[in-house]
Amino acid sequence: MVAIEYYVILSAILFTLGIVGVLIRRNAIVIFMSIELMLNSANLAFIAFARQYNELNGQVFVFFVMTVAAAEVAVGLALMVTIFRTKHSIDVDQLSSLKG
Amino acid sequence: MLLDNWLFVGLLVIVAAGIPAIVLVIARLLAPRKPNDAKLDTYECGMETVGDTWVQFKVQYYIYALVFLVFDVEIIFLYPWAVAFDHLDLLGVIAGVLFIFLLGDGLLYAWRKGALKWN
Amino acid sequence: MSGYGIEDLVYILPIVFLLVWALVLVLVEAFTKRPDVTMLLAAFGLLAAVTLSVIQFGTEATAFKEMLTVDGYAVFVYMLVLASGLLSLGLAYDYNRRMGWARGEYYILMLFSIAGAMLMASAANLIVVFLALELLSIPLYVMAAFVPNDASSEEAGLKYFLLGAFAGGFVLYGVALIYGATGATNLMDVVAAALGTNSPVMLLTGAALILVGLGFKVALVPFHMWTPDVYQGAPTPVTAYMAVVAKAGGFAALFRVFIAAFPSVSADLTPVIATLVVLTLVVGNVAALAQKNIKRMLAYSSISHAGFLMMAFVTYGSALYADAVTSLLFYLLAFTVTSFGSWAVVIALEKAEGKGLDFEDYAGLGKKYPMLSAAMLVFLLSFAGVPPTLGFAGKFFLFRTVLEAGYAWLAIVGVIMSLVSAFYYLRVVRFMYFEQGDPEVRSEPVLNLVTAITVVGTIFLFLFSGPLLAWASEAVLALI
Repeated sequence: MVAIEYYVILSAILFTLGIVGVLIRRNAIVIFMSIELMLNSANLAFIAFARQYNELNGQVFVFFVMTVAAAEVAVGLALMVTIFRTKHSIDVDQLSSLKG
Repeated sequence: MLLDNWLFVGLLVIVAAGIPAIVLVIARLLAPRKPNDAKLDTYECGMETVGDTWVQFKVQYYIYALVFLVFDVEIIFLYPWAVAFDHLDLLGVIAGVLFIFLLGDGLLYAWRKGALKWN
Repeated sequence: MSGYGIEDLVYILPIVFLLVWALVLVLVEAFTKRPDVTMLLAAFGLLAAVTLSVIQFGTEATAFKEMLTVDGYAVFVYMLVLASGLLSLGLAYDYNRRMGWARGEYYILMLFSIAGAMLMASAANLIVVFLALELLSIPLYVMAAFVPNDASSEEAGLKYFLLGAFAGGFVLYGVALIYGATGATNLMDVVAAALGTNSPVMLLTGAALILVGLGFKVALVPFHMWTPDVYQGAPTPVTAYMAVVAKAGGFAALFRVFIAAFPSVSADLTPVIATLVVLTLVVGNVAALAQKNIKRMLAYSSISHAGFLMMAFVTYGSALYADAVTSLLFYLLAFTVTSFGSWAVVIALEKAEGKGLDFEDYAGLGKKYPMLSAAMLVFLLSFAGVPPTLGFAGKFFLFRTVLEAGYAWLAIVGVIMSLVSAFYYLRVVRFMYFEQGDPEVRSEPVLNLVTAITVVGTIFLFLFSGPLLAWASEAVLALI
């Protein structure tokens, strides 16, 4: 059996990759994929800890997180479709009509 | 013991990566190179491609996908519910049924708003 | 086997009712397609939920295996967000018709989001905090992008969505780490386990990540950069709604999580929080000075108010945190009333296509519409914390608590920043009364009603701030 530390380290790496992706990528869909990576790294951590504590709660949380992620996908992609229809781009650098 | 297993996996990875690399190198060294239009096409055989590859899909596909997504995710909850069905008390059963009603609520809305109509 | 009973549902009846009502309204909207009907039914649902909350006042119970807590603190926040819901219905009704995109879904989304805010106040389990946060936020993303074919509204929606989902990721990973450190997500179990934990680093990191995530939601500096853009681009009633309810929900959860769960990490986190407060106050107020658009100015002003609210947080390791939470709830009430009032005036002056939102558009308002400009004056004074307004009472109680807790320097920073804020609030007053102009305002009954209620509330509630404070402190007692 692989020790718990490896899972936690892997999930921390994935989480960091997600943050970096959000910060440096410019395409809204890629940014959103990076956010999904963050959520899934938390899922991995939940499952690893659930295994460590030998209980099911952590695994059930993952179901809820997946549902929330699906809801976010639905809303997020809908927003991107509408914005693509008006602006023909989903590059976040071009979203600059709001400036003060 | 554990380390030995991983060593084996590591060796396998190296060998697995090595074989195609060697084959590619041999092919590059030995094969004659005479390019022409037909060879450089995206699909050397089959139909000619028509128009731009980057076509936009209709938004309709997206709405269908959205409705599908809801019922796709539904399985996450319904599968454990079905597996544990024998051991559930009344409230547990009702909770699952309520969940299906909830999804039905959304589907009815989508249907009434014409999301399921294909124009 | 599940271990839940009907009584669990009864304890959280206002939330359950609101959610079921919203689900019914989805069908009503789909089958009748009459936005007016949906709006009236939504208002009725909110009133019924208020009634249920009133009945519940005094209940102290936990439901669903201690996942949710119903106590005075939660019920106070219920009332606050339900009242906010009613006020924003009033703001949205005339506005949406004037702008020509009245749709019933707007009100339904709002009901879902309010239920999320109520759940945040009740959440006694970290995973419920996350789910409630998402229930609060996801409808808000749609509402922010509600204006059809409008680039700035869609842009606001997408920006809010990306930053909101990003923040949600932080909260979730924080929860995961706390679960790893303590083996629990129930706040009570987390407290118990936190005292004997062998991985304080993981616990502390988890708590910090939750602070960052919720900091995004309530717009603390340096997690505030989305706020001005989103507040400016979103339809004004949505801005008013999210300025209040998203903040109320965020702070409610933040307080329950940190006060109930992590007294053991307070010593490590208090300096961090104090730094956040000072940063938020300074950046929010100074940036507001430079604004010419009233929505952006109010956005920065709301950031600075988040800083004031966060001040109560600094004292949470000390014996005074009961007072701190009381003054937080009171300040939240003051902010809610004042904020809705000022947004009502902004909406009254706003014309189609996002015009009528610059300071110049307020020139001459005092002469042409004395009542409306007097109302705006009251709200601006209340924001700045000048008596005799509710905002003054809020700031007074807050600064007093911070002083008593021994953070005199922080109270001084707060007072100085209140003075700075008076500058930009008074600039609007100068335009209203001392500049020539000819603003055009269409009188709309529901909007006028909201303005009247909030202006009366701002002054009248100030006169009764004593009893109100007593109510707030009663609400807090249950928390401790």
